[in-house]
Amino acid sequence: MSNTVEQFFDEMQAKVGDVRSIYKAYQSWLKNVPTQQLVAKRAEAELLFRRVGITFNVYGEADGAERLIPFDVIPRLISAKEWTHLSAGVVQRVRALNMFLHDIYHQQEIIQAGIVPYTILSNPQYRPEMFGVDVPNQIYAHIAGVDLVRTSESQFYVLEDNLRTPSGVSYMLENRKMMMRLFPDLFRQYSVAPVEHYPHVLLNNLRSVAQSGVQDPTIVLLSPGAYNSAYFEHAFLAQQMGIELVEGQDLFVRNNAVYMRTTQGPRRVDVIYRRIDDDFLDPLVFKPDSMLGVPGLLSVYRNGGVTLANAVGTGAADDKATYIYVPEMIKFYLNEEPILQNVPTYELSKEDDLAYVLDHLDELVVKEVQGSGGYGMLVGPAATKQELAEFKLRILSKPSSYIAQPTLALSTCPTLVEKGIAPRHVDLRPFVLSGKTVSVVPGGLCRVALKEGSLVVNSSQGGGTKDTWVLERDDTQPEKLTQTSKQSQKEEVAC
Amino acid sequence: MLSRTADHLYWMARYIERAENAARVLDVTYNMSLVPTATGNDADLWQAAVEITGNIEAFERDYGTANAKNVIQYLTMDSNNSSSIYSALRSARENARAVRVTMTTETWENINALWLEFDQFLRKDLTAEGLGEFCDWVKARSHLFRGVCFGTMLRDEAFSFVRLGTFIERADNTARLLNIKYDFLMPVQYQMGGAVDYYEWSAVLRSVSAFQAYQKIYSDAIDPVRVSELLVLRHDMPRSLHACYDEIMPIIEQVAANRQSETKRLAGELHAKLHYGKMQDIFQHGLHEFLESFIHSNHVLGEEIQRSFLSATV
Repeated sequence: MSNTVEQFFDEMQAKVGDVRSIYKAYQSWLKNVPTQQLVAKRAEAELLFRRVGITFNVYGEADGAERLIPFDVIPRLISAKEWTHLSAGVVQRVRALNMFLHDIYHQQEIIQAGIVPYTILSNPQYRPEMFGVDVPNQIYAHIAGVDLVRTSESQFYVLEDNLRTPSGVSYMLENRKMMMRLFPDLFRQYSVAPVEHYPHVLLNNLRSVAQSGVQDPTIVLLSPGAYNSAYFEHAFLAQQMGIELVEGQDLFVRNNAVYMRTTQGPRRVDVIYRRIDDDFLDPLVFKPDSMLGVPGLLSVYRNGGVTLANAVGTGAADDKATYIYVPEMIKFYLNEEPILQNVPTYELSKEDDLAYVLDHLDELVVKEVQGSGGYGMLVGPAATKQELAEFKLRILSKPSSYIAQPTLALSTCPTLVEKGIAPRHVDLRPFVLSGKTVSVVPGGLCRVALKEGSLVVNSSQGGGTKDTWVLERDDTQPEKLTQTSKQSQKEEVAC
Repeated sequence: MLSRTADHLYWMARYIERAENAARVLDVTYNMSLVPTATGNDADLWQAAVEITGNIEAFERDYGTANAKNVIQYLTMDSNNSSSIYSALRSARENARAVRVTMTTETWENINALWLEFDQFLRKDLTAEGLGEFCDWVKARSHLFRGVCFGTMLRDEAFSFVRLGTFIERADNTARLLNIKYDFLMPVQYQMGGAVDYYEWSAVLRSVSAFQAYQKIYSDAIDPVRVSELLVLRHDMPRSLHACYDEIMPIIEQVAANRQSETKRLAGELHAKLHYGKMQDIFQHGLHEFLESFIHSNHVLGEEIQRSFLSATV
């Protein structure tokens, strides 16, 4: 795989020796910093993260109880121009997706128009309980994480839309805080767009979707509890927004309203930012054995007594079978051309596509329609003959459960690894917030596949994260060496 | 605040206090067992330690005879005994972990460090000279816990429930200690003012860090009436029942501020008895009866606190 690196677009050097203009200042700084110094900075970051307890639980690993997601100290840079394009693209997409969700739970015009097939309604993530239910401002996906990848200077693709309970935003915020602490000089040189206001925007949006007539809504964050993999993030966001972090047992339903149990008696809850999947929300309607949810919640919700963010049933719009139709949705609902493109996708429920995919399995990436987190997927070029043969059988047993896409040449970004600085594949998840308006904080969760050659960036598969710097200006010039880097240069000579 | 959060904080503090009290009782019992006693019966002594801190039926079922080895094991490391120091500290840490984001970093790190340090005692033989060191460590850790709460926490409801947990538990423990020791040390034929065994009463005082206080206040022979007064009615003796209720009363007033609550009435009633009570009257009606009734009322208050604030059942 070693020679393949050159085939990939690199965020810093489009071609070897040709540093992209936004990276020039960074690169001239980087080449004067000894690697040991970066390693020391990374160790400092890990120590701080561990102390704060920014950990992620990895399922199915004996020692995986509390692990840090590896943090890389080299940032990913995005130019102001690129960001204008990307942010307009993801906002457009989320607007259309919210309209699609409203539509499939009401008139179903897009189906009647023959643009999206009727089979979409047989998706298990489609919740008939939501049919005809009106949600405030017609917003379903209040928080959306849109995964973007890049394959060349000008080509970005949307890999998937996460509309259920997207996670990772705490890393966007904490990584930035860490980078400002570790490398204040760089922030003086670059004007990096700030991200710290994310919880503020989110809180305002959540307030704006309370039932009408509520003056000062009570908002809570509903978490599955301390053993959930993203518990840190739940606690972090609740703290940042100054709202209660609750679990199902803290809430109860009475007289068509939701209350939380407080030391001062029951307190009415108006908006629930829930980080629990639909299936576990209400044992009376969904999984009857769920201990995480609140019995009767859905009935209150359907009567408009409480707002859930995200709404119930958003999963019908973010699985890989629906994904294919998003560009058409944008045209249909917004009458606009899609700004961002989908990855070309084969639907294995179609016979022609299935035949093609089975013939070209070693070139393609095959994913489960309802899979997430990088589980249950096949990366053709990286698979052994035996793995390919096994996966073929799985596909044939239920073709409609799979889609396939060409193996994308994901861009790489310089990353600090064992051997020093080397290119590693990255993606980007900006978080789109919908309330009275739809907006996106400039930045996102940048995930990096730390294994050489790996294209799987998921943290559950050994991926790490980077800070993403969206620049406010694209004309940052390399400065003269700062005092600290001069010193470190001397140290290097002395070594 | 959320009832569940308050519940975890309250029980965290109760369990730390429970561990401390178990350590105190053990330490003193062990020291007493080294001194020739008036009763001359070691088993009674060890059995009393179990009665104060744990469940005597469960102990007899699992261990049979009350001797140093069995009782030390039962009260220190026995994971089947929910009141052993091991169980209490583990529960304290589990409660803390569940709400770690609502407490100060220092408080969490303190409890977490306590649990990590506990490990070193698992391999030690606590029946021999190791016990003193272990008990000292538990007490010191408990002091540190209260200190870090006092020194770092915002004076809000979270702090109130931590403090409430400490003093409800402490009042229970002091009352049990005195009650059991009184039975044990005061044969029925005892007459007020008669001779008592200096060592045994001084051990009781030492177990609640009251020996020096006693000397300072009374500077006289150790007399069970005064010992009782010190541990029941003296408001300036920090482990006395009165002192505990001086802490509990304003906290209940505050957390139940705008509500009709049985907790206010119960706490007020108990506080008044301790605040205005006279030792002679208590003795006239029987100290034992007084303490039994106190332990019961304190327990009812605990349940009422649980019902009104911590589980918020409706």
